[in-house]
Amino acid sequence: MTTRINNTIEKSSVPLTKDDFVSDQMVKWCPGCGNHAILNAVAKVFPEIGYKKENYVFVSGIGCSSRFPYYVNTYGFHGIHGRAMAIASGVKIANPGLSVWIVTGDGDSMAIGGNHFIHLIRRNIDVNLLLFNNQIYGLTKGQYSPTSCLGAVTKTSPFGTIEHPFNPGELVLGAQGTFFARGIDVNPKMLTGIMFEAAKHDGTSIVEVLQNCVIYNDDVFEPILNREFRDDRTILLEAGKPMIFGKNRDKGLRMNGYSLEVVTLGENGMSESDLLIHNPHQNDPGIHLMLAKMSQPAFPVALGVIRAAKYPTYDDLMEDQITTVKAKSKIKNMDDLLNSGEIWEV
Amino acid sequence: MAENTTKVIELDDVVIRFSGDSGDGMQLTGTLFSDTAAITGNDIATFPDFPAEIRAPQNTIAGVSGFQVHFGKIKIHNSGDLCDVLVAMNPASLKTNLKWVKTGGSIIVDEDSFEEKIFTKAGFANNPLEDESLLQYNVIKVPMKRLTREAVIELGVDNKTADRSKNMFALGMLYYMYSKTHEHTFKFFEKKFAKKPIVIEANKKVLMAGYSYAESVEAQIPAVSVPKATMPKGRYRNITGNVATAWGLMAAGEKSGRPIFLGSYPITPATEILIELSNHRSLGVKTFQAEDEIAGITSAIGASFSGSLGITTTSGPGLSLKSEAMGLAVITELPLVVVNVQRAGPSTGLPTKSEQGDLLQALWGRNGESPMIILAAASSVDCFYAAFETAQLSLEHMTPAILLTDGYIGFGSELFRIPSMSDLPEIHPPIAAPNSDFQPYKRNPETLVREWALPGTEGLRHRIGGLEKTDGAGLVSTDPHNHEKMVKIRAEKIKLIENRIPLQDVYGDDEGDLLVISWGGTKGAVRNAVENLHNKGVKVSHAHFRYINPLPRNTREILGKFKKVLVCELNNGQFVQYLRTNFPEIPYIQFNKVQGLPFTITELCDKITQTMEG
Repeated sequence: MTTRINNTIEKSSVPLTKDDFVSDQMVKWCPGCGNHAILNAVAKVFPEIGYKKENYVFVSGIGCSSRFPYYVNTYGFHGIHGRAMAIASGVKIANPGLSVWIVTGDGDSMAIGGNHFIHLIRRNIDVNLLLFNNQIYGLTKGQYSPTSCLGAVTKTSPFGTIEHPFNPGELVLGAQGTFFARGIDVNPKMLTGIMFEAAKHDGTSIVEVLQNCVIYNDDVFEPILNREFRDDRTILLEAGKPMIFGKNRDKGLRMNGYSLEVVTLGENGMSESDLLIHNPHQNDPGIHLMLAKMSQPAFPVALGVIRAAKYPTYDDLMEDQITTVKAKSKIKNMDDLLNSGEIWEV
Repeated sequence: MAENTTKVIELDDVVIRFSGDSGDGMQLTGTLFSDTAAITGNDIATFPDFPAEIRAPQNTIAGVSGFQVHFGKIKIHNSGDLCDVLVAMNPASLKTNLKWVKTGGSIIVDEDSFEEKIFTKAGFANNPLEDESLLQYNVIKVPMKRLTREAVIELGVDNKTADRSKNMFALGMLYYMYSKTHEHTFKFFEKKFAKKPIVIEANKKVLMAGYSYAESVEAQIPAVSVPKATMPKGRYRNITGNVATAWGLMAAGEKSGRPIFLGSYPITPATEILIELSNHRSLGVKTFQAEDEIAGITSAIGASFSGSLGITTTSGPGLSLKSEAMGLAVITELPLVVVNVQRAGPSTGLPTKSEQGDLLQALWGRNGESPMIILAAASSVDCFYAAFETAQLSLEHMTPAILLTDGYIGFGSELFRIPSMSDLPEIHPPIAAPNSDFQPYKRNPETLVREWALPGTEGLRHRIGGLEKTDGAGLVSTDPHNHEKMVKIRAEKIKLIENRIPLQDVYGDDEGDLLVISWGGTKGAVRNAVENLHNKGVKVSHAHFRYINPLPRNTREILGKFKKVLVCELNNGQFVQYLRTNFPEIPYIQFNKVQGLPFTITELCDKITQTMEG
């Protein structure tokens, strides 16, 4: 990482280490659960982000993912089902000097908290959201979620689901999201990189993590993430670089008319110069949406920072408004207000 | 003033009801009259009565908008029930409001609006001004539209513009009738229409035309004088309950040094609090218009966690939606003010009408053992003090609190003797010091209050949430005994607040045959009724409750000193049920009204008299 984080959150005056963020609580996730790797990545990246350790706040809802705040040594608030986004909005607006991190799952944020999820994004409040997507309800023991594939057989869909799933990225962009990234629990290095970029972004940063539930939905991402063919079925998007993927780095993405197309370098005269260069910063979300929607088998699944566009944040606008109005107003305190307008003496 | 002073009748108090079509400007007319009455020394209380529809079809019953003002030389407790004068700008407003006119009262109508197609639209078979249906009233028929147009003819304004100031003709007539001056209203025109001098001139002319007209038909219009009230010295303003609520909360913010954060979703009749607080960015107020009621309260809880005074405002259906989150504030032991401006339910019910139907929901409408502080404002002005106290208790005791008001006092207004901020108590939230030996549920042994550790503070990193925690250390715990202990602590913490709230007072003798009980927004009507009976020599006492949970610690003692206790409330008997649960030995009698309407003084007097005799 060559970039620096530059915002108004106070930095730590002393170097911090991973140990500064490890909690003394026993982590009660199942052995082999993808959450462990995400927790580890957080503890690793927070010293790099560099804020004072008291300035980090974790907010969660309900679900396996939402136990996260207990397992990391920061300020933490374990909320109620679906409401982490709204709670965190209050935390950040009330005190913009905090680095606020939401941890939520596909049930918590896509079902019961769907409304708060889209409105958080629409407002572009400067918080970071880690969406642990395992396509299943874990804590309630195996019911299908809003991201379960059509036809998924679960405890509440013994004959297969008859619901079309949400693609979180599509929802984020539909809600005018300014930052969307996708990571995987089996690649911690990629995760820390993404988390750093999320922290750096001014606005609502949504990080979807494809996370394996070993008990109720084991290997659901195997068709994409198995080491044997992971490089052929995913593409890591990097800003400013051509969209190349494949074990042999011989495949790429180009625009063909109005659609994306997978091409093989060296075939049909295709070279690197024909490929798209990833620009997460462009305001037009058109290509970002196409990238977020890519799925197997026709396309590789996009990983990395798909979109990071610059827009004003809610919390900055709020502070600016307060400063402007304060400067103009004659009312400086409650006594002024009480005695303003139509008053008379008796 | 009337020329022949012998004809001027002096009255203690008068009720005027302005009514007309939604577009007739009755709210403004009523407000201008009340401001003038207040400035000229009367005590006042007002209540706007407007339709739920924004612009109902013209001249229909649905489109009738009203504004009632009660003013006097005596202490005015409420906006009055029956009116001495009804101003009816069209047949529909006469039809709707006739039931509110005292027998023998005056009705001023714009007779120009009583055309057949208009009065039939309002449901009159015949012209009520021409048949005998209004014989028991003093009907003053005024060709208001014609006279208004004539008054401005020299200014060359078109009829449409002229007709718009018809309400000022009625206002001018009332200024004559009640010996009021026009200066304040003229100043209002000059400010309001600063960019349209012709409109200023037109309104002034029409107002004076109304004044002169009333003078010229004096025989039919008794001139009345309502002398100045003897009010405590001070600076005064008129204030609605909803604005007073907003200001009380802001005052608590200033006194506690905690920033204000309001998370709220628009809902009638609570929206005005959100609107008012949105106006005060200059005082650092942060308002967040949430995507729903749940986000309103949960964002406020988040703000409280990070060190603000979190507030959410709503009305009945919204309170239902906030139930789960209130439980979260209870278990995390964070300050939070929930304002519920009650309206008639269940469900959407009667959104613009008032009721006291949410008391039991406020007390017990959450899962688990989930006690909250509950206060109920007694009047529009009391909304200021009740909101301040609710916030104070919540901040100092680290637990969420509900303030119950209602649509009637929320929309209604009263004269507010402006306090100085130095007269209000300081508020001391128990904020944990940096690097102290903070534990999330370590408590003050006397009050059981925990400390508030604000994110960003060095050495206080901690986690709280909706899962049960151990007392002290605040670790997640499913230990059965710890849970029972925490449930009892949370209940005891609320109960202990009774030691700091004032004792319940009794108006009248503190023992006797009958104690009348009220709570919340009905204080004015009940106190008025009891005063009326006192004036007739009837011995009856009145206890009005503002503190609902905990109840004042002398409540049992007070109740026990009366042979009968009559509990008056605008619901099916909720406070009485609460009292029965707490003090089952008391012989309660109920007086309940569930019509979306306030109590009338007459019906209260009748019920009290009947209870004493029975």
